[in-house]
Amino acid sequence: MAGTALRGRLTWQLAELVEAVAETPRVKTIVFDVPGWPGHRAGQHVDVRLTAEDGYQAERSYSIASAPVGTRVALTVQRLEDGEVSPYLTDELRPGDKIELRGPIGGYFVWEPSQGGPLMLVAGGSGIVPLMAMIRTPAAAGDDTETRLLYSSRSQDDVIYRDELERLSGNGLTVVHALTESQPPGWTSYARRVDAEMLAEVSPSPAERPRFYACGPTPFVEAVAESLVRLGHDTQAIKTERFGATGR
Amino acid sequence: MPPEAAKPVVSRGWRGRRSTDVDPARIPPGQYVTRDFPVLSAGPTPHTSLELWDFSIIVELDSPRRWTWEEFRALPSEEITRDIHCVNKWSKLDTVWRGVSVDTLLEGIETAADFVIQYSDGGYTTNLPLEDVTGGKAWVVFSYDGQPLAPEHGGPARMLVPQHYFWKSAKWVRGLLLQSADEPGFWETNGYHNYGEPWQEQRYAGD
Repeated sequence: MAGTALRGRLTWQLAELVEAVAETPRVKTIVFDVPGWPGHRAGQHVDVRLTAEDGYQAERSYSIASAPVGTRVALTVQRLEDGEVSPYLTDELRPGDKIELRGPIGGYFVWEPSQGGPLMLVAGGSGIVPLMAMIRTPAAAGDDTETRLLYSSRSQDDVIYRDELERLSGNGLTVVHALTESQPPGWTSYARRVDAEMLAEVSPSPAERPRFYACGPTPFVEAVAESLVRLGHDTQAIKTERFGATGR
Repeated sequence: MPPEAAKPVVSRGWRGRRSTDVDPARIPPGQYVTRDFPVLSAGPTPHTSLELWDFSIIVELDSPRRWTWEEFRALPSEEITRDIHCVNKWSKLDTVWRGVSVDTLLEGIETAADFVIQYSDGGYTTNLPLEDVTGGKAWVVFSYDGQPLAPEHGGPARMLVPQHYFWKSAKWVRGLLLQSADEPGFWETNGYHNYGEPWQEQRYAGD
């Protein structure tokens, strides 16, 4: 259990960029070294704070993409065209640059090997990021826990972590892609949005009591969670993280 | 823990984008203004039919007070325009709601309780001192922007406690539990602050 009562304040810490990797045309992974990083659990996020010359500041939250190992913390950031923070992180930040972050944050949308499985992960777009931290935890991709990932992207070029997911597949990890807008020639997997039928085909049955983690844009997660409830899965076993608005 | 950076480190080359059409005095530290209405929920959106919906005030050692949807909607309601602040950094200004004041719901109830727990369909809970939901500080709202409250935003009814981060305004609320002891709720036991006051930036445990 994520008891936090006795934890001290999460302080802002200096994080130095050590590596930046382009994942897709709009998405970059930025890896920081954070001396004294206390460790994290897969699924948690950090707050990032930027400061301008005149003292003006902005804060945003980003999911941690890396497995909880050492003092390296990887964030995978999608550049929002009109964003105040994300274009700086994806386009301007150079190795050696320092930003401030604090974390890890969040005690619910997390998975630890001791929680067991089977794990059913459902990602829409950059919603893959916190789920990738779970997949990168050796126990999740190994033989100990059965893990399935259903991952919806617009096209193959929009698939984040494509090569790594392919490499990690096998053993205990099954990856199923759905490409909603365009598919490469010879595509044999799903070519539509995630729906109840797809979830029924890919997920373990309710009798296997899978643990669900769904992350993506709000309408995506709403649809996934509702379908899972209708399919008879335990609502308490469905953990969600939504981003973005409903348009209202 | 390593020592906190003594003063903020300037982010090389970053200028930021200050809102020009917003009074900065309305924006708590670390927040930015959005015109969207983001959704944050820990699980599936519950759908309770209005025939099965009710709202209860549960007081120690007394029988609960309970309203059906029809009875609840017959209570005097008011329009409330407030700024709201989510711990996830967005603030939304001048949001317009309609709902029943908690003062109305508590009218005539004698209690020595110092704390209140909001509880919801789906099992969500959040805690506050009772004095933070009385005296015109909190409502059970059923409409947003002139429309019935959408399920993903907490409909049919949610709490509105705008002086706190918005997780202290429970979606899908079904009742208030008045008690003498403070009891941390869902996010309060998952790393978030027990009181959640935006101007003090009380986001996380220990802030």
